[in-house]
Amino acid sequence: MRIPFRAHFALIFVLLAGLPLHAQLAVQAETLHTMAGPSIQNGVVLIQQGKVAQLGPATDVGIPQGYQVLRAKVVTPGLIDAHTVVGLAGHLNQPHDQDQLERSSPVQPELRAIDAYNARERLVEYLRGYGITTIHTGHGPGALISGQTMIAKIWGEHVEEAVIKPSAMLAATLGDSARGASNKPPGTRAKMMAMLRSEFIQAQEYLRKRDNAEEGKKPARDLHREALGRVLKGEMPLMVTAQRVPELLAAIRLAKEFGFRLVLDGAAEAHMILDEIRESGYPVILHPPMMRHFGEGENATFEAAARLKAAGIPFALQSGFESYVPKTRVVLFEAAWAAANGLSFEDALASITIDAARLLGIDDRLGSLQVGKDGDLALFDGDPFEYTSHCVGVVIEGQLVSKTKN
Amino acid sequence: MLRIVLLTALAVLMTGTAAGQESPQAFTGARIIPIEGDEIADGVLVVHQGRISAVGPAGSTDIPEGARRHDLSGKVILPGLVDTHSHIGQFEGGDASAPLQPDIRVWETINARDSRIQKAQAGGITTANIMPGSGHLLSGQTVYIKLRDGSIVDDLLIHRSDGSPAGGMKMANGTNSRRNPPFPGTRAKSAALVREQFVKAQEYRDKIRQAEGDPEKMPPRDLRMEGLVEVLEGKRVVHHHTHRHDDILTVLRLSKEFGFRVVLQHVSDAWIVADEIAAAGVASSIIVIDSPGGKIEAKDITLSNGAALEQAGALVGFHTDDGITDSRLFLRSAALAVRAGMSRQGALYGLTMAGARMLDLQDRVGTLEVGKDADFVVLSGDPLSIYSQLLQTWVEGVQVFDRDDPQDRIYAVGGYGASHDQAPEVFQLQVEATNQ
Repeated sequence: MRIPFRAHFALIFVLLAGLPLHAQLAVQAETLHTMAGPSIQNGVVLIQQGKVAQLGPATDVGIPQGYQVLRAKVVTPGLIDAHTVVGLAGHLNQPHDQDQLERSSPVQPELRAIDAYNARERLVEYLRGYGITTIHTGHGPGALISGQTMIAKIWGEHVEEAVIKPSAMLAATLGDSARGASNKPPGTRAKMMAMLRSEFIQAQEYLRKRDNAEEGKKPARDLHREALGRVLKGEMPLMVTAQRVPELLAAIRLAKEFGFRLVLDGAAEAHMILDEIRESGYPVILHPPMMRHFGEGENATFEAAARLKAAGIPFALQSGFESYVPKTRVVLFEAAWAAANGLSFEDALASITIDAARLLGIDDRLGSLQVGKDGDLALFDGDPFEYTSHCVGVVIEGQLVSKTKN
Repeated sequence: MLRIVLLTALAVLMTGTAAGQESPQAFTGARIIPIEGDEIADGVLVVHQGRISAVGPAGSTDIPEGARRHDLSGKVILPGLVDTHSHIGQFEGGDASAPLQPDIRVWETINARDSRIQKAQAGGITTANIMPGSGHLLSGQTVYIKLRDGSIVDDLLIHRSDGSPAGGMKMANGTNSRRNPPFPGTRAKSAALVREQFVKAQEYRDKIRQAEGDPEKMPPRDLRMEGLVEVLEGKRVVHHHTHRHDDILTVLRLSKEFGFRVVLQHVSDAWIVADEIAAAGVASSIIVIDSPGGKIEAKDITLSNGAALEQAGALVGFHTDDGITDSRLFLRSAALAVRAGMSRQGALYGLTMAGARMLDLQDRVGTLEVGKDADFVVLSGDPLSIYSQLLQTWVEGVQVFDRDDPQDRIYAVGGYGASHDQAPEVFQLQVEATNQ
């Protein structure tokens, strides 16, 4: 029997209410994947004040009195979905729950994800049930520059409780979905590039005026150019969603011209230009390994993650954006498919934990189990990637936030 | 997979026979999951002239003299998978002119060279029900195909005893078929339009019966009515797209009123009305997707639908709805159903024999039994493990997919050129270009 969303939330609340805040929690694992060294057989993690206080083999780490104890076959760090739109995009797929794309203008870098994130969206809770504790979410593909993204923990009743990085990246798209409707620009891929270059030149000019102006002569604040300026100043990367070789190369060219940080996103044809991507030095948030091989993704391969790894390109996996059914993918399942198609178990797990944390710039507190890092864990009753295993518990900052068997 | 015609012709000339058809072939050493009967740890499968001539344990199963032997030690053999709802083949169904179009024959528009057919072979699918879409209350006649190597649609058809291509009838309710007139605007109108056409079909059928074969008394031929009469007479099973629990019950109600045979398709709310479905004796072909929603009707879909229907005692199968899910991920649908509580046996049955029964092909496919078509897949390991690879697909004793063959492998994993219609030729050009 399914529990209606509100009731489910209430249940978790009751569950949490029974525990002292920042309870002391011990998690025992037959296999503990710390992602900071080899996995530990019969491992223990102690969490205090929401942070990992101690971890190691049970022979070295005793469980002090008063600790709540959880046990599982396999324990991993809380999983990280390196790119999704859930929270802005909702499961009903109706206008009122689709805030990932504003179509009024092709370039709107001033749109902030925190102003549209719904922490109570059912898909957010759904993902957590599969061990995902952190998401990089926000404005989606579908406009030349659709807006900003954010990084959140999957908990809390509203965005302030969830967010850990309010302005993570600026989302851009090159390709068919970025074409303007009914003859509005950009109508072609070349026009997309001309518009982007023009936008960044104007932003450079704005920064120059703003930063060099004498007091009292500063230009009026321009939220649009401020946001582009943050990319130019290296404060956040431009994340370009593109699938085909020409657009991927164009994105790299643009980033080199303006000297900003770039993250390639999707990149279905990355496997065809591995050398160029590696030499660019830019990381890739790779398309879901089970993405449909249609349209701009017609040349995608299930082995993409393995090919990127072999080429030495830093990457993380994502659930991506889905416009229809299913409304979201589950990044755990996607990593599993990569592991079934040439990527090693360790590398596949890294792509949704420590490698994702590095790519998102949050590896100082997330992505691996190390003393001082957040006490975020996912508990499984078997190999996390097997179809027939289950996620049996999810811990965020020492609190058991899900114990349903999924 | 689709071979270059010239090479095939050459092979035929050289051997004087289509390989695999004339001389028996024996597959040894594999764990055989026959679906009907217990698993065989070390089994022997013998096929001859496209059919299974023997299946059983090593040692007590005779291998005919001169049989071509295939050592499959350590591998697993499962019957070919039956996809009860797929959109491969680049076909077209009904147009925008009417909400019910029972005269539409989807098979006439299939492109047998669609690379998605080859990808489906790589996914282990050997039989598929190709359906027009759900944007109509009734979008046309579906076609059941065998995923043989073929270059035109005729190579793929399964023929009924009267020589016509086997298939069902696609219907839908809920929101997809709600559109501007002449399409319905509400659920009640949807049901009314369906009932109106079935009443007409009953009258048409009665006129034919009353004519007692006298051409003078026969009503004028009406292709639309002829299609519906086949449904009324049970010659054509209705495959009914339906999601919401009340829409599912509407299908059961209409099926009972007009006495047509029906397979429920998708059945997102199956967990709510599993008992009613089981009591009606109606089969369900479910879709397994990664998360709920994407459309309002699917907001409550759950991985546990298979388990709910199984526990209620209803017949459960699966489908890809390719491209909603990829044909190469069909085993995954069953595995995720098991994750959510369905029995392993029920899930494997759901991929094979349940589908065969839903397509009236239970005497030909769905299990590994003597006399049935030699349609089977070879896996590197357990069918429900993500780490198992699908190595080979055989249809009627002919290998149509071989993961070790680079031309086939590209369809299994993707990559440049995997999605072109006539990719083998493109691939061949690539090979030639690389070799220079």
